[in-house]
Amino acid sequence: MANIVEMPKLGFDMAEGTLVKWVKSEQDKVKKGEVLAEIETDKATVEVESSFTGVLHKHLAEEGEALPVGSPIAVIAEEGEDVDLDALLEETGAEEKKKEEKEEKKEGKEKEEKEKAGKEAEAEKKPEKGEKQKEEEMGAGEEDFIKASPVAKRIADEEGIKLSNLEGTGPGGRIVKRDVEKAIEEGVPEEKPEKAKITPGKDETFEISKLRAAIGNRMQGSWQEIPHFFITTEYDVGEMLKTRKQLNRELPDEEKVSVNDFIIRASALALKEYPNLNASISGKELTRHGDINIGVAVAVENGLLTVVVKNADQKPLRQISVEAKAMIERVKEGKVRNEDIEGSTFTISNLGMYNVEDFVAIINPPEAAILAIGTAKEVPIVEDGELGIGWRMKCTLSADHRITDGAEAAEFMQHLSLFLEQPWRLFA
Amino acid sequence: MAEITMREAISQALWEEMERDEKVFIQGEEVGVWGGTYAVTKGFLDHFGKERVRDTPIAEAAIVGSAIGAALGGLRPVAELMTINFAFVAMDHIVNEAAKLHYMFGGQFVLPLVIRAPGGGGRQLAATHSQTPDAIFAHFPGLKVVAPGTPYDAKGLLKTAIRIDDPVLFIENATIYQQKGEVPDGEYTIPIGKSKVQREGSDVTLVTYSKMVSYSLEAANKLEEEDGISVEVIDLRTLRPLDMAPVIESFKKTNRAVIAEEGWRSYGVGAEVAARIYEEAFDYLDAPIQRVAQKEVPLPYNTRLEQLALPQVEDIMKAVREVLR
Repeated sequence: MANIVEMPKLGFDMAEGTLVKWVKSEQDKVKKGEVLAEIETDKATVEVESSFTGVLHKHLAEEGEALPVGSPIAVIAEEGEDVDLDALLEETGAEEKKKEEKEEKKEGKEKEEKEKAGKEAEAEKKPEKGEKQKEEEMGAGEEDFIKASPVAKRIADEEGIKLSNLEGTGPGGRIVKRDVEKAIEEGVPEEKPEKAKITPGKDETFEISKLRAAIGNRMQGSWQEIPHFFITTEYDVGEMLKTRKQLNRELPDEEKVSVNDFIIRASALALKEYPNLNASISGKELTRHGDINIGVAVAVENGLLTVVVKNADQKPLRQISVEAKAMIERVKEGKVRNEDIEGSTFTISNLGMYNVEDFVAIINPPEAAILAIGTAKEVPIVEDGELGIGWRMKCTLSADHRITDGAEAAEFMQHLSLFLEQPWRLFA
Repeated sequence: MAEITMREAISQALWEEMERDEKVFIQGEEVGVWGGTYAVTKGFLDHFGKERVRDTPIAEAAIVGSAIGAALGGLRPVAELMTINFAFVAMDHIVNEAAKLHYMFGGQFVLPLVIRAPGGGGRQLAATHSQTPDAIFAHFPGLKVVAPGTPYDAKGLLKTAIRIDDPVLFIENATIYQQKGEVPDGEYTIPIGKSKVQREGSDVTLVTYSKMVSYSLEAANKLEEEDGISVEVIDLRTLRPLDMAPVIESFKKTNRAVIAEEGWRSYGVGAEVAARIYEEAFDYLDAPIQRVAQKEVPLPYNTRLEQLALPQVEDIMKAVREVLR
C-alpha cells in the first residue's frame, strides 16, 4: 500500500525544513533506508532516508520549498499501484494539504481545464528538465573528479599531497607519477585559496548563509536572554598528556585518542555529580537530563556544528574517540546525520589547537553551561616555594545564572580537576 | 659458448635427450627420411633408427593420439606437427585427452608427452597456415604451453619439457629458426613456468614472448638510441603456467607496460597479462597498458598486406612512446 513520507523532525527545536534536492525522482524504485532527498534545517543539510520500499509515486514538495515538520513531501507506493492521493492524505491526517487540494477542486471546471493544459505543457517540458538536470549532475561530477593515474594517487596520498593542487601533464591533463614526483621535489604548489580574502578597494555584499544566520540567531538569543557568568580554572594536565602518549603508542592510527576525547570523558564524569549543569530551562521549568550527552563544537566552512557524544559518562575513552572522529569526519564531508547533531546536554568548545590562553564561550541554548578549552602549555610553576616546569591548561565555564550560581559552578570546576589531573579515573 | 641457430638449439635438445633416455622417441610427418619439414631432425633416422624416429601418415589426430597412448604406456614421445595450424585437427586429443587424463583418472597416469608445433605468419602461407593461436592452447588447464624466443631458452626448455611427466605443447616460430644466439656448450635445462628479464630498463616494461622477443629487443635498442628511453624486456617463455612475478616486479618500478605478441589482440596473451597487471599492481599504474598485436583479419597472402597486418618493430616503438606520453 501507499505511504506518505513526511518532513522529518531533525532536532527538538526544528520547526521547518527546506527541501534542497530530490535524490530520487518520481517513478524511481526506492528501498527502505535509501536516501530520498536532502533537507536543509537551520543546523545542517541532512539526508532523508526512506522508511518504505516501493516506487516513488509522487513528489509533494518542490526543490527549494520550505515546509513545516510533518508535512507530506512524497508518496511511496507499490509498483503499478493505483494511488488515491486524496484518500491517502486524509487518512494520514495531512489536513492542510488536503484542504488546499479541495479548495482547488471547488474552483470548478475552468480551473480543471486550465490545469489539464498546464499539465500537458508540463509533461512536454519534463523530459527536457530531466535531461538538463542530469547534465548538471554529470557536470558537477566531472568538476569534482580529478584525472590522475592510480600510482599518482597512491604516492600523493602517501605524501599528503592534494591532487587538486597539481597540474597534470599526462594525456588529457591526467596527473601522472612524474607530476607528483615533481611536486615532492620542488615543493607542493600553494594551496588554492579557500578562505575568503579582501579585494582591495572593493566591497563584496552577499546574502548570509542559512547556517550563518542560524548560528547568529541562536547566539544572539543566548547572549541576550541568558545571564551568563564565567569561571576560569587552570588544570595541571601533565599526567593526562603523558597518559595519552602512552596510550596512543599502543593504539592503531585510526583509534588514537585526542586531548579532546579526554576532556569529553572527564566532563561527563564530573557532570554526574552536578545535575544542574546537565540541565535545560524552558519557561518556568528546569529539566535535569537523565543522559549526559556531550556536544563538541566543530568548525565548518562559514560556521560551526555541534556533534554529540551520547552517554559519554558510560563509554570508554576509545569508543568516545572513535565515535567523535566518525562524526567529525561526516561533518567535514557534509554528510552529517541527524543523530550526530542532536540531543546534547552540555557543550565543549575547544580552541586548544589555535594557541589560545583562554576564552569565553556563549551558552548553546537550552543548555545550562558550556566549557571553553584553551591550549595546554608548558609553563613555569611555583610549588612549595620552588620554581619548576609543568603543563597547564585553562578552561572557562560559562553558566546560566538562572539555573546555577557561582559556588556550584566553581565546585564543578574543582571536581573536574579530579578527572583532568588524575587521568586514571577516566579508566576506572 | 657457441653461437647457434634456433633450429640447431632445438635439434641439439632432441638429440641429447634421445641419447640420454632411450624411452624418448619422435614421430611426425617427414621427421625421418626427409629430416623434418624445417630440417630440425636431419640425421636422426640414421643415428637412432626407425623405431625411435617414426614417419607418420598425414593424420594429426593419429600423431597426437598414438603419442598419448605411448606416453600412458611409459614411453616419452615427442610428437611433431608440421604447423600448429594442423593442431586443430588433433584438438580433441590435445584438449580432451592430453590435458585431462592425468586428472580424470585420479592421478593414476602421468603423460610425459611433448607436442612440437611451429606457428607464426610472415612467409606468405596465407590465412590458414599462418596463425599464431598460442592463446587458445594456453587457455586449457592441464596443458603446459612453452613458447621460447631465443636458442638458449629453446634448448633448455625443450629438454625440461621432455623430462617432466606433464603434457607440454612446445610452440616454435617458423620465421626464427635461422635466428642465432649464444648457447652454453655443456648440459643445461631451464625450468618451465619462469619468465625472464631479457633486457633491463627503467622507463617501461615491455612484455613479450617467442618471435616478438627479438622484435622487442630491437625496438628497445632503437628507443634507447633515438629517444633515450630505457625499456625493460620481459620474455614470458611459458604461457601456461604464466609467471607474472618478474612482470609485476618490473611494473612496480616503471608503472607503464606494453605487451607485444604476434597473435591477435582480442582475447590474447596481451589481454591476459594486462588484466593480471591491473589485478596485481593497480596502485602502480601510471598510464593505460598498450598492446601490440596482429591486425584483426585472416592474414593476407599478399606480402605487403601480410607485413602490414603483422606487428612490426615500429609498432612496438610507437606503443612504447604512446604509453610514456
